[in-house]
Amino acid sequence: MDNHLFTLINIAAMTVVMWLTPLQFIPFFIWLERKGSAIIQDRIGPNRAEILGFRLFGMIHNFADVIKLLMKENITPSHANKFYYLLAPFWSMTVSLLPLLVIPLAAPINLGEHTLHFQAANYGVGILYVLSITSMGVFGVILAGWASNNKFSLLGGLRSSAQMISYELSMGLAIVGLLMVYQGVKVDGIVETQGRLLSFAGHNLPLPNWGIFLQPLGFFIFLVASFAETNRNPFDLAEGESELVAGYHIEYSSVKFALFFMAEYSNMVVASFLISTLFLGGYQVPFFSTEALVQNPQVSLLLLCLLGIIGGGLFGYLVYQKGDQQKGLYTGMKRREPFILATLGFGIALLAIAVLILSFIVSFPPWAPAFLAAAVQMLCLLTKVLFFCWLFVWVRWTMPRFRYDQLMNLGWKLMLPLALLNLLVTGVVLLIQKQ
Amino acid sequence: MTGSQKLYLPEVLKGLFVTMGHVLRNLANPRRMPVIFYPEQKKDLPPTTRGRHRLMKREDDSPRCTACMLCATACPAECIHIKAAESPDPDIEKFPEKFEIDMLRCVFCGFCVDACPLDAIRMDVPEVMLADYTRESLVYRKEFLMDHDNKDIVPDYNPPRPVIWTHGPHAKP
Repeated sequence: MDNHLFTLINIAAMTVVMWLTPLQFIPFFIWLERKGSAIIQDRIGPNRAEILGFRLFGMIHNFADVIKLLMKENITPSHANKFYYLLAPFWSMTVSLLPLLVIPLAAPINLGEHTLHFQAANYGVGILYVLSITSMGVFGVILAGWASNNKFSLLGGLRSSAQMISYELSMGLAIVGLLMVYQGVKVDGIVETQGRLLSFAGHNLPLPNWGIFLQPLGFFIFLVASFAETNRNPFDLAEGESELVAGYHIEYSSVKFALFFMAEYSNMVVASFLISTLFLGGYQVPFFSTEALVQNPQVSLLLLCLLGIIGGGLFGYLVYQKGDQQKGLYTGMKRREPFILATLGFGIALLAIAVLILSFIVSFPPWAPAFLAAAVQMLCLLTKVLFFCWLFVWVRWTMPRFRYDQLMNLGWKLMLPLALLNLLVTGVVLLIQKQ
Repeated sequence: MTGSQKLYLPEVLKGLFVTMGHVLRNLANPRRMPVIFYPEQKKDLPPTTRGRHRLMKREDDSPRCTACMLCATACPAECIHIKAAESPDPDIEKFPEKFEIDMLRCVFCGFCVDACPLDAIRMDVPEVMLADYTRESLVYRKEFLMDHDNKDIVPDYNPPRPVIWTHGPHAKP
């Protein structure tokens, strides 16, 4: 195949994948939010919506939500500025889907004459592209607040845009420290560098070369700033119910509200991907570089099978226990469902064991090691992203909201000086190391 | 405030560990959560629950109510509608030809029970989840309110004694 055609198809396919990824994460994230908040507060959470008796721990509620939001009356207030009012939700959603294009999902695979890339767009500006796109998210918020022509919307929009702009500064400065350490702005380069071991004064330390170890303060600032950027608790002043009703999207209903809602969650998915990519090594498996994984396919397979055994087994055990405890409550499919799912979990664990045993007998085909390594790396990135998704939920249901002056004080008087200090220290250390 | 509270972050971490502890314990043992699976499981109501109304009956299954209108007067939600008629029993002046309680308006205050001098209305049927699909079906009529076996639901229920006329035309020896 022509090399250009291959690259074109590769890029097109990866663009679709990276566009669908946050969209697929949104229902999962909403489910995680509901179930996570419930279980933190000693509740069961959603478990009633069902399809043929299958409830999937409340995941079916997402379908009910979609139907509800599509069926609701799509109101445009007569006092609103129609064009900007309609533009705002689409702007928010579009902007929240774009930044993932530069995130690599796995190391590129060399197929002889072609190279298969797992990154949709390898821009020269790299991480700066992400920063510029995420800053445009403010426009959606301020447009919605202004165009609704409602004082609560306007106040909410003002508040959250002021907050987003204040924290963008420290976020950008935290990234600058990282760029100084990794000597480049291209995301694939940053992730590749993170695959090595941490070296200090010529000695290799038993730690991966991750941003979180090189820039602990930068990581902390970036984490807090991304909470503020996504308008998430403890920085969710945009939706202080008691003061502002719901913030900038009061006047939005039906699908337009759904777009804002999805954009919020999509932003969090993007933030999770960014934190994992920049500070936690992206797709890199700790202590196993890409070359090591490709050269030793047994290791990749072992990691995959261990994940299958532990994940499937734990899932099966927990679901079986739950079904056993609630056996007397339900009849029919509702009663059988947990046992079916538990069988599925145990089945996955058994399958992983079988594959592991088989791998000792059958030798690997020549194409397998590279693809196995890619699969392991994708799962590794997924694990990190899921952890940060959970962190967003976890923090929201643990901490109270900041007051507005506290928020601004933290942003301007603490985070910004800390970010500048981080930059200074990083620069000094780099200079000393060079000499 | 102590030092760690001023720094804020250690306290945040402490809080995160508290919530994570709940998550792990609840995942490991779902029965730990104080939850009732409502339609399948129902909570036992305490014996003195103020529940649905019922109209008490005399021995001949006629209503004990004499349509004195005290309950309708006491009702703050104005949900009791009584139409009085002459009683067939010569000893009794009136009886309710129509006795309706609009449950969509009722606020379950129990004033009607307190107001009744004859213990004719009680709110002791242990049903509190009153829901239906039409408005008409939630206006309880006399026949529905008297559809019970006239027994005390609460075992040690000690109602005020009915007034016995000791003088006047209806006085009983």
